[in-house]
Amino acid sequence: MAEKVLKRADSFYPIFERKGGPTPDVTHYCPGCGHGVLHKLIAETIDDFGIRDRTILISPVGCSVFAYYYFRTGNIQSAHGRAPAVATGIKRVFPQSIVISYQGDGDLAAIGTNNILQAANRGEKITVFFVNNAIYGMTGGQMAPTTLIGQKTTTSPMGRKPGNEGFPIRMSELIATLHAPIYVERVALTDAKNSTRVRKAVRKALQNQIDNKGFSFVEVLSVCPSGWKMTPVQAKEWLTQEMIKAFPLGVYKDISDEIEAQPAKGNVFSVQGLREQLNLPEEKVAPATPVNKTATPEKYRNPRLKMAGFGGQGILMLGLGIAQAGMDAGYEVSWIPSYGPEMRGGTANCHVNLSTERIGSPLVTRPTVLIAMNLPSLEKFVDEVVPGGLIITDASLVTQPPARKDLEHLSIPATQIADELGNTRVANMVILGAYIAYTQILDQETVFASLPHFIKQKSLIGLNIQAIKKGIESISSQIKN
Amino acid sequence: MAKQLIKGNEAIVKGAVLAGCRYFFGYPITPASEIAEAAAYYMPQVGGTFLQAESEIASINMVYGAASGGIRVMTASSSPGISLKMEGISYAAGSELPLVLVDIMRGGPGLGNIAPEQSDYNQIVKGGGHGNYKLLVLAPASAQEMCDFTMLAFDLADRYRNPVCVLADGFIGQMMEPVDFPPPVEKLADKPWALHCDADDEKRLISSIELEPERLEAHNRKLQAKYAEIEKAEIRCETYKTDDAELVVIGYGVISRILQSVVDRLRQDGYRIGMLRPITLWPFPRPQIEKLLDHVQKILVVELSNGQMVDDVRLTVKDRIPIHFYNRMGGVVPSPEEIIEQVIKLFEA
Repeated sequence: MAEKVLKRADSFYPIFERKGGPTPDVTHYCPGCGHGVLHKLIAETIDDFGIRDRTILISPVGCSVFAYYYFRTGNIQSAHGRAPAVATGIKRVFPQSIVISYQGDGDLAAIGTNNILQAANRGEKITVFFVNNAIYGMTGGQMAPTTLIGQKTTTSPMGRKPGNEGFPIRMSELIATLHAPIYVERVALTDAKNSTRVRKAVRKALQNQIDNKGFSFVEVLSVCPSGWKMTPVQAKEWLTQEMIKAFPLGVYKDISDEIEAQPAKGNVFSVQGLREQLNLPEEKVAPATPVNKTATPEKYRNPRLKMAGFGGQGILMLGLGIAQAGMDAGYEVSWIPSYGPEMRGGTANCHVNLSTERIGSPLVTRPTVLIAMNLPSLEKFVDEVVPGGLIITDASLVTQPPARKDLEHLSIPATQIADELGNTRVANMVILGAYIAYTQILDQETVFASLPHFIKQKSLIGLNIQAIKKGIESISSQIKN
Repeated sequence: MAKQLIKGNEAIVKGAVLAGCRYFFGYPITPASEIAEAAAYYMPQVGGTFLQAESEIASINMVYGAASGGIRVMTASSSPGISLKMEGISYAAGSELPLVLVDIMRGGPGLGNIAPEQSDYNQIVKGGGHGNYKLLVLAPASAQEMCDFTMLAFDLADRYRNPVCVLADGFIGQMMEPVDFPPPVEKLADKPWALHCDADDEKRLISSIELEPERLEAHNRKLQAKYAEIEKAEIRCETYKTDDAELVVIGYGVISRILQSVVDRLRQDGYRIGMLRPITLWPFPRPQIEKLLDHVQKILVVELSNGQMVDDVRLTVKDRIPIHFYNRMGGVVPSPEEIIEQVIKLFEA
């Protein structure tokens, strides 16, 4: 009987082809089930409001898993409990759409409780119809989060006991405590009077979305004669006398009148100004200045650098400076900060490669250059340096030369020089200046030009340039040729 | 074009935007959080959407919903978070939704640690979710590839209506390298199957359910046919100095970078060694490995796992030549020297 009425709404498919089988003209719902009636009320409202073309219905898991058989709208079938998240995704893509999350009690109030609460709390501009029939109908009558105390189900055969299974959860009350939802009401599909309330609630919840106002939630108490093992008449009586006691009907929140209607606009895809928005460099026609490989003495070419010191000495920045200037000079480069287990122990370090060839391992396990800004760093890494490698230390903090005699050692009073410049923190740049001058791996102009790429505070660039120059001067007498 | 020195994780987001992706749904986790952070910064500026979901489960389902609308959408996480996303990935594969998933692998099992591992190979490549599905899996080994493969991932996802995973490790994500960013994709292809928010939507359905066993079997057969097509067309692989190699080392991601150093140094000493790097982990470069067998005598597979990819090498080679395996786990990354020692032993054996 109900099935014939169902087909009247234009928002139902004339024939339920997706259902198939021998009876493609009737729903799969059991006789007396509330889903059919609620479907009809929703479909008629969609008709009335003329929103069928832009309505997208999310079918959940549960008895209404096949809602998409019937609603002649856009349809997405979703995983158990996740309909509000799926609804969020599609609504964000089509803000102008009318998205309905249609869910049962197991779906919404057990496995998906977090998803519904969070969607409600974000104020997603969707409409949720929550069918509460106090049982898992689809899977054969197991206990639901809304099953009443003492109610017998296949998984609470002696009746639900609060000491073991807790109490029936009241979703409308819970959601009404949140700030964002604009309309929360519990209604019941019982007699004609209550059905009118249901129709009004359905209309209001959808009107709110048409007006782009916010999150609306309608809980519909509904019978499940099969799951409850009752006749439809007995079921209605039980709903009226027992269920409503546990789940009082009424409006739990309604601030929809306080919010102004504002039609939603669709998203527009654009690539205008994209490079700028992504902070990408302008497209250059000419390649970077080619590296003058022969200027660098052979033993300093293609360096593998490891630099280390205390946190706060600007170790990562030093590495970044060498990598950035190296890239600008046309080298292949890589930079990797201390990461994972290496972070333990209070010393910061990073690994930098500069090469005229494709770089293999970004990890520098056998450095050709070690920059040690403090004694623990020198002690920790000195043995890794390749024979004949270069060690640069901060003379202000490392007073002894390394024990190994097969290494070249450069001691720069970097912290002292930085202090003289008025800022200890540029000791790293003094070292940078010393390194590039000593090895001639990079020219100072390239380094100066690269500074704005990694020094965010523009007012500090001048000081950094000064520090680099002091570093260069500090060893100018030592430079051969 | 000018290059930018940039972290791999950030290059993923810029690549995604250049590929036309305007939707990112995520949940923070180390060492993948820079991806969510960069998306949170850039997406609103380019007219896109970034949403930090309540969980990885919610984020993959938001991606599922958004992908139903035919746009380009992505999420990113790291190993434990990926485990949580598995249900949603299975649904997306079943519903044939194109989406891009980034996994910056970390140490496991359980909470493990935040250091790099490659122990998600099985869950990503073999299918950590339920059902007969496959993900296309791309394994970048540089910041440039983090950008390029993310862009490619969107193309492949759309072409095959299938989720695509960019599978990287913590090192590739944290490392900075120069990246040359290509011009943006200016127009996205229409997807007739996707919801358009219009009158024709009544004919469209995004669903993975099929009650009738025969019909579900037919759907599965169709998926398998698609996977067979992908296996024919989409294998990507790099070989390095393998032409005259007696021994070939095989590894992906950060390991392939270390193996390149191993090959370069041993070549200087006269060893005939080469490297094969799978770029697509599925489809796995079996034909390319097969080709090596006419002159290669030994294989060494190196992984940051208990030996997950090596199974695919074994399936290809069977027992025709010896396959050796070297690994580190828990976030320990082997040095080139450590691997060189192993290789020399194999040459001398």
